[in-house]
Amino acid sequence: MTTVASFDIDYLQYLSPNGDLVGDKKPSIASNFEHLKSIYELMVMTRTFDAKAVALQRTGKMGTYASCLGHEAVHIGIGAAMEESDVFAPMYREYGTQFYRGVKMSEVLMYWGGDERGSNFSGPKHDFPWCVPIATQCMHAAGAALSFKLRKEKRAAVSVVGDGGSSKGDFLEAINAASAFQLPMVLMIVNNQWAISVPRKKQSAGRTLAQKGIAGGLPSVQVDGNDYIAVYTAVKSALKRAKEGKGASVIEAITYRLSDHTTADDASRYRPNEEVDNAREFEPIKRMRTYLIKQNQWNENLENQLLNTCKKEVDKAVEQYLNAEPLNVTDMFDYMYADLPHDLEAQRRYALEMEEKSNG
Amino acid sequence: MAKVTMVEAVTMALAYELKNDKDVVILGEDVGINGGVFRATNGLAQKFGEERVIDTPLAEAMIAGLTVGMATQGMKPIAEAQFMGFIYPMVEQIICHAARFRNRTRGRMTCPLVIRAPYGGGIHAPEHHSESTEAMFAHMPGIRVVIPSSPSRAYGLLLAAIRNPDPVLFLEPKRVYHLNKEEVEDDGEEFPLDMCYVLREGTDLTLVSWGAMMKETMEAAEQLETQGVSVEVIDVATISPLDMDTIHESVAKTGRCVIIQEAARHCGVASEIAANLADQGLYNLHAPVKRVTGYDTIMPLFKMEKKYMPSTARILDTVNKVLEVS
Repeated sequence: MTTVASFDIDYLQYLSPNGDLVGDKKPSIASNFEHLKSIYELMVMTRTFDAKAVALQRTGKMGTYASCLGHEAVHIGIGAAMEESDVFAPMYREYGTQFYRGVKMSEVLMYWGGDERGSNFSGPKHDFPWCVPIATQCMHAAGAALSFKLRKEKRAAVSVVGDGGSSKGDFLEAINAASAFQLPMVLMIVNNQWAISVPRKKQSAGRTLAQKGIAGGLPSVQVDGNDYIAVYTAVKSALKRAKEGKGASVIEAITYRLSDHTTADDASRYRPNEEVDNAREFEPIKRMRTYLIKQNQWNENLENQLLNTCKKEVDKAVEQYLNAEPLNVTDMFDYMYADLPHDLEAQRRYALEMEEKSNG
Repeated sequence: MAKVTMVEAVTMALAYELKNDKDVVILGEDVGINGGVFRATNGLAQKFGEERVIDTPLAEAMIAGLTVGMATQGMKPIAEAQFMGFIYPMVEQIICHAARFRNRTRGRMTCPLVIRAPYGGGIHAPEHHSESTEAMFAHMPGIRVVIPSSPSRAYGLLLAAIRNPDPVLFLEPKRVYHLNKEEVEDDGEEFPLDMCYVLREGTDLTLVSWGAMMKETMEAAEQLETQGVSVEVIDVATISPLDMDTIHESVAKTGRCVIIQEAARHCGVASEIAANLADQGLYNLHAPVKRVTGYDTIMPLFKMEKKYMPSTARILDTVNKVLEVS
């Protein structure tokens, strides 16, 4: 018997949970403190936003919301590694990536507040909106990447799925498409250990989820998803490779969902509190803050100023969300087709007529 | 001007748009060098290159998903579902994404794609190769459903489908792919996507159908004519959006209507047309609106498929009941 193929999955970590740099190689980003401070600020902003969004739902001012608590490093790491011309295909909780790319907090609130206008967001117009059907967005990213390849554009696409999403055929078919067409894309698995109530170990007996990429011959790595420096470095290098025409990569970022799945979920039904408490020790914001403090780049005064700024910004976004122009009943018709079909025109007229009657 | 079959007219339209719009690409299984299992893409890969006519891995959901991704980024992909029976893995992408992107993003992103699929029975094919499930898609808002029944309409409607800024499901009745040859000028002229075609004018009865059943419908009309019944025949052609105006106008004149569909009866397109006639055209009717359809059974394997599909005899049987009402 001979070996015809073999593989290894590397694990990348630069910043330990104690906020110390580990390993022999130190990426230049690790000492770019202006950059790291701005990233830290966005991480804290994202967390402040997240807490407020949950509160809005709890007080009946918003619909169901999917929290991103604990995912700040991986989400913002993806955002920072991408260029504006790249295309992002999220699932539905990657606000950190989207904020980095220019999506407004008020737009996220609008979406979860039941208003389609949230998906007509700021930031790159070619970015995909939130995608609820699990893993289907991976193929949109693959399609975008195929467009770039055919048009010979130096751009790449990035998709995100969770550990649950990595079980779907769509994810595997996207890996296969990326492989067969040598697509400029990066398939991220943000493994936060839980798909609603189903733990990571029930998704697959595979030692890693990253190794699913090996089936398509794609370079596949695991990174510490709570380590911004590791995520940024891995995604940046995968994007560079993609844009050099060398094909796609799979990156599994190991993190932890510190929140419920959504505000409609109660994780205490299925998840031991001790596990969550333990996971907090590894969470990304504390880690980055400790690092910056140890490097004499951060202090309590700056922290207080930041928290103050974040609160103000988030409050402003909430104001914008709560004071958005009301929707018109005709909006549900007006974006269905480029040209409204004749039969739908009659329904639109009727809806408007009923609206006028109920207002009058 | 060349005389072409329906499948050749499809190829002509595809070639025309590949030549004139650099954003148009074709994707599917066996669409490349092989030219598609029905040869609808015959010669296109050779002529336009394998970057325009792309053989994909064998994964229908992926084909649809890639197509959606490409369309949202400004390309105009045309995917081929090899048979309608294999379209179901694509359904999630069609319904949850293609149909919704414009609305979901308030017009920021659009999805100008076409999915072509040969459909329908009558060619002695294996299981899953013969069904007609157009109603499933016609029910879904946000996607147009177009079904040609002649070479010229295949050409003009397919061009319109490709150029349309929204997603279009283009169903090709494969039983009549080679039935008739027709002169089709390769002039790039598109047909409207929201209009029925009156194929034959008459005053006593309106027959409404689409796709391959136009053949039996026209045969029935001709036989009725010899018996002195003047029959108007309408090819719906675009089942979504549905041009009820043309049908109402015809029934206002004839007072009698029979709708013929190859698909099973329950919740079919014929039911929608009949409901519209009951709702908006009841007082024009001299007799009940009748449907001649496939049975609400699984489409049988090919030994019995002809007994499943509406025949000219079944159409005439129903028409006679409608004509008996005075």
